[in-house]
Amino acid sequence: MKKVIMGNHALSWGAQLARAQVIAAYPITPQTQVVELLSEMCASKTLDAKFIKVESEHSAMAACLGASLAGARTFTATSAQGLTLMHELLHWASGGRMPVVMGNINRAMAPGWSIWTDQNDSLSQRDTGWIQFYCASNQEVLDTVIQAFKVSEQLLIPSMVVLDAFALSHTYEVVDIPDQAKVDAYLPRFNPPVRLTPSDPHAFGGLTSPEHYFEFRYKLQKDMEKAPALIEETGREYEKMFGRYLGLVEDYLCEDADLILVTSGTAGYTARVGVDLLRKEGVKAGNLRIKVFRPFPFEKVRQVVAGAKKVAVVDRNISYGHHGIFYQEVKSALYGADHDVPVFGFITGLGGRDVTPDTFKEVAGLTMAKSRPEEEITWIGVKK
Amino acid sequence: MKNKKKPEKIIFQSEKDVPLMPMSVGSMLFNKTGAWRNIRPEIDLANCIQCGICWKFCPDVAIYIENEFPVIDYDYCKGCGICAEECPSKCIAMVEELK
Repeated sequence: MKKVIMGNHALSWGAQLARAQVIAAYPITPQTQVVELLSEMCASKTLDAKFIKVESEHSAMAACLGASLAGARTFTATSAQGLTLMHELLHWASGGRMPVVMGNINRAMAPGWSIWTDQNDSLSQRDTGWIQFYCASNQEVLDTVIQAFKVSEQLLIPSMVVLDAFALSHTYEVVDIPDQAKVDAYLPRFNPPVRLTPSDPHAFGGLTSPEHYFEFRYKLQKDMEKAPALIEETGREYEKMFGRYLGLVEDYLCEDADLILVTSGTAGYTARVGVDLLRKEGVKAGNLRIKVFRPFPFEKVRQVVAGAKKVAVVDRNISYGHHGIFYQEVKSALYGADHDVPVFGFITGLGGRDVTPDTFKEVAGLTMAKSRPEEEITWIGVKK
Repeated sequence: MKNKKKPEKIIFQSEKDVPLMPMSVGSMLFNKTGAWRNIRPEIDLANCIQCGICWKFCPDVAIYIENEFPVIDYDYCKGCGICAEECPSKCIAMVEELK
């Protein structure tokens, strides 16, 4: 069934098709419609889930963790200030191995108070032990929610499905809503190895001495390292059943490209238009869109840029006192690789400033003008 | 206390034996948080009406019922005073620890 839906509703539809059993969420712009539709779905019984109203995002995640520990498939969604209020609980989710799936709408952090997009909210959660998927279309949002439950529940690691405020959250697109029976076949019931139950009582998350804490963290990392292969495997399985591959990265005209523009989120599809324009001008450009940020797809990035002469990373985020965050990651992926390729770093689009095909033409022009980067950050679009 | 576990230190020799999540690691058998207490609840059983409210409200599960009367586990009671506050017959007194 095809429907014209907004990005936020693609999250709600994904949670319904995945048969989420418990939803606890607190509304925040630009995420509100995710929760609105989910509460309607619960009220009309199209989704057989317990909807828990809470007084804050911190409580929303706490409720999700309790439900997940009891063995329920659990979903929530938030944005920016709400996500950062949850921060403590994000560590509880991964450390306690509770495979909650959460939608996060990328919204710039205050101050100045903003509801528009950039990636600093979710990227600030980098080290919380969550898998992070960055989506570029409403179809991808819906598909990724279903895949995220499958990956998370196998590894017992929570997942964040991330989409840009307004550029995706409030943009309507045609989305293929998969058949429920086929989704059920793809995504089996959540059956955790241990759960809160009166018949087998346990204390969870108790005082853990230096004698054991280290091993818990070792095991979390070891399971996180299994995620790239599992994401590709479940992505291929999804393609077989639904015709759409869900991988770690998406590359566009990279095979023969001299210049590869690296992006994430909706800027990835804008970059494709930029690549097409550049190709018309005779520049062999390509676009690598990084979909999974954690675990970082080191191997894939190395493979895709192997033949390129230059790489330009366009970040809609910043690590103050360092550089663009994807820029850091791409550089670290290429450190020690056989192929030495100069990597240029650009920052643009903070706080919802538009990123257009011309942005990418400008990035390409600046990258081609120099043999190696002369500065770690080149700012695109600052009013000077 | 009837079902009190005999303290036995759990030490995993290999990461392979460690569960995925920190679960029933047994640390509280040795971490006797009753030592944090500076006031202790004392129950006057002569006035106790056996309602079980103190047992239900204790946030540390440090009250158990023996022969139908509440008994306080001073190894884990932190002296918060919730039992004394909630007791409908006011038969729990909070007494200063002098030891």
